[in-house]
Amino acid sequence: MNAVSPSRAGWALVLPLVAFIVIAFLAPIATMLLRSVHDPEIADLMPRTRQALAQWDGTGVRQVAFEAVSADLREASATNQIGRLAQRLNRERNGLRVLIDVTARHLEREPDTKLSRIDPGWSDPALWQILARVTSPWTGRHLLNALDLTVTPDGILVRQEEARRLYVDLFLRTAWVAALVTLICALLGYPYAYAMAAAGPSLGALLLFLVLLPFWTSLLVRATAWIVLLQRRGVINEGLLAMGLIGETGRLDLIYNMTGTIIVMVHVLLPFFVLPLYSVMAGLPTSYVRASASLGAHPLRTFARVYLPLTYPGVAAGGLLVFILSLGYYVTPALVGGRTGQLISNQIAFHMQRSLNWGLAAALGTLLLLAVLLLALTLPRLAERGGLRT
Amino acid sequence: MLVACPKVSSAALLGLLITYGPACAADALTIASFGGQYTASQKKSQYEPFTASTGVTIKSVDYNGGLAELTAQVRSGMVGWDVVDVELQDLDRGCADGLFEKIDPAQLPTGSDGVAAIADFVAGSLHDCGVGTVIWSNVLAFSDPAFPGAKPSRIEDFFDLERFPGRRGLPKRPHAILEWALMADGVAPSEVYRVLAAPEGLDRAFAKLDTVKDHAVFWETGAQMIQLLADGEVALSAAYNGRVQSAISDDAKPLKIIWDRQIWNADYYAVVAGTGAKGRALDFIRFATDTVPLAEQTKYIAYGPVRRSSQPLIAPAIAATLPTAPANFNNALAFDAAWWTAHGDAINERYAAWLVQ
Repeated sequence: MNAVSPSRAGWALVLPLVAFIVIAFLAPIATMLLRSVHDPEIADLMPRTRQALAQWDGTGVRQVAFEAVSADLREASATNQIGRLAQRLNRERNGLRVLIDVTARHLEREPDTKLSRIDPGWSDPALWQILARVTSPWTGRHLLNALDLTVTPDGILVRQEEARRLYVDLFLRTAWVAALVTLICALLGYPYAYAMAAAGPSLGALLLFLVLLPFWTSLLVRATAWIVLLQRRGVINEGLLAMGLIGETGRLDLIYNMTGTIIVMVHVLLPFFVLPLYSVMAGLPTSYVRASASLGAHPLRTFARVYLPLTYPGVAAGGLLVFILSLGYYVTPALVGGRTGQLISNQIAFHMQRSLNWGLAAALGTLLLLAVLLLALTLPRLAERGGLRT
Repeated sequence: MLVACPKVSSAALLGLLITYGPACAADALTIASFGGQYTASQKKSQYEPFTASTGVTIKSVDYNGGLAELTAQVRSGMVGWDVVDVELQDLDRGCADGLFEKIDPAQLPTGSDGVAAIADFVAGSLHDCGVGTVIWSNVLAFSDPAFPGAKPSRIEDFFDLERFPGRRGLPKRPHAILEWALMADGVAPSEVYRVLAAPEGLDRAFAKLDTVKDHAVFWETGAQMIQLLADGEVALSAAYNGRVQSAISDDAKPLKIIWDRQIWNADYYAVVAGTGAKGRALDFIRFATDTVPLAEQTKYIAYGPVRRSSQPLIAPAIAATLPTAPANFNNALAFDAAWWTAHGDAINERYAAWLVQ
């Protein structure tokens, strides 16, 4: 009487893990993806306006729309939501907060006043175009915003005004920093991993310990330690000054800028490059190198033609890991990046925590996620095709 | 513990994974304030005496102003803070948005000289949703050794990199900074907010800020600001007067305050809407904003009390360091919270974009 088949029992065993992944990982990501295109906040606060403007052809505002807005504003005042509505609308167009506040206060006193009599702003057709657009719960404007694009009231796709254009630059900056950090990690990490693999057991263990040491230290402590070292009156600058290499006015700006971000990120991410590479190097039989040497190859040639290609999988794995982790870096740039060392994640945090523009934060996060997915799916394939896999 | 909390809904489950559970012990109160020296002054003059007299333990949380965290708590129904220390512009907005409980000023204790609270609090320091505590000020501060020759003394000097070279410290939020930029550019103080309201005026302020942008280090918290000044990382910085004063008098840091064109503002205690400890929160506010605790606070930070009856209890040496001392108050500008409530969103966003551009 076998009630449970083996495969069912297996499924039951992984069920906790699946549940955990769904709740802690897939659900938040799905929420984020949804939020980047679905923003029902204004639609929920202005249900009548939404209905009145849903079928609007964009010319000539009808009386019913005015009445709908008036009714929605009165209800929002009564339920204490007017501030929230004003803030949300203000984000779509600066100045709407005041218009909404003034109108709502007037309507509280005299509920039957015509909107255009309270404020001439209500006669502006562009305002109604905006209202029609923002009362629709499904929207592409957050994603457009995240790409520094916007739609004019007439429905034409244009670039944002210059003072608000920054996300494309930040995405590029983030990608550039990630590439640079990966490159520096490779240049520093390759010889180090080789030394670890080539050293005897006791020295190898010490080198491994040194790589792992940062893992056991809090990220904040490490960033603070770097501040002590790198700041203008920090250890490095004072040392250079004492040695007479720089003058009092020539102190180096090593932190609170891009340099600081890169230095600290390399330090934090180096183990992620070294460890996969080391595991590949440690598994390589030394006979290949010796065979190459015994056939008369110069050590450089042996390295370039035999050893290096054999370690490509480690380089690719470490490089991909470092690059993808760099794309999402947030704490380090916030602490040591100053103004110029901020990355896209810092803007996501800004919109999550400060401006409360969660739709935009979700859109930025969605784009970042897409970029990472694209890399994670294509890079290993490219590497394989390019002969990087052995 | 969680089960006993009144406000945890199932919708808050995801939030629970990334944040802490609300403090909900029967006799505890969670108070959010700005951290560092400022919170230390509140602990010594208000939290600790309140715990001693009522047995209610106080959990202190640091935050950095703004309504974002509060809004998230109130909207998700997971209210973790009971009392918050807020600036006027946030109190105004939060009150309109329903984030705070209403407070009846008639319930506040009379001053120690017998004057009713309504008359004892200076004008503007009682609000529908909050009770004022201190008057503090945005000032400039500099590291004395950074300027061996002539010392900066006016707001214009902040933007004068030729006569006063050295890195500038700026906050990551635009309050007071834009006002200074315009005044340094020649706008009369009485005209500042009118000019700033027009797009050209705002552009003008940002253009002025552009002149120091490449020499600027940006700080997020008051504690960071003091650290940058004390380490010599910045020579001249926008600052909060009380923290600079504490660094000078308690830690003997070689810092100086420039009172020229100080922009003063007030802080308030407010009760978070939907807290399960409304009664205790109001008890605390009544206690903390009484004559003596407010006067006591000046011993730990140089912010002026908003109760008139507190003034006679302050030692003259301390009184001279407060923003409201006549010598300092000369050409002070009042921070226009209502203006910032109306214009703040767009400017905050533009400032944040300007920062990274």
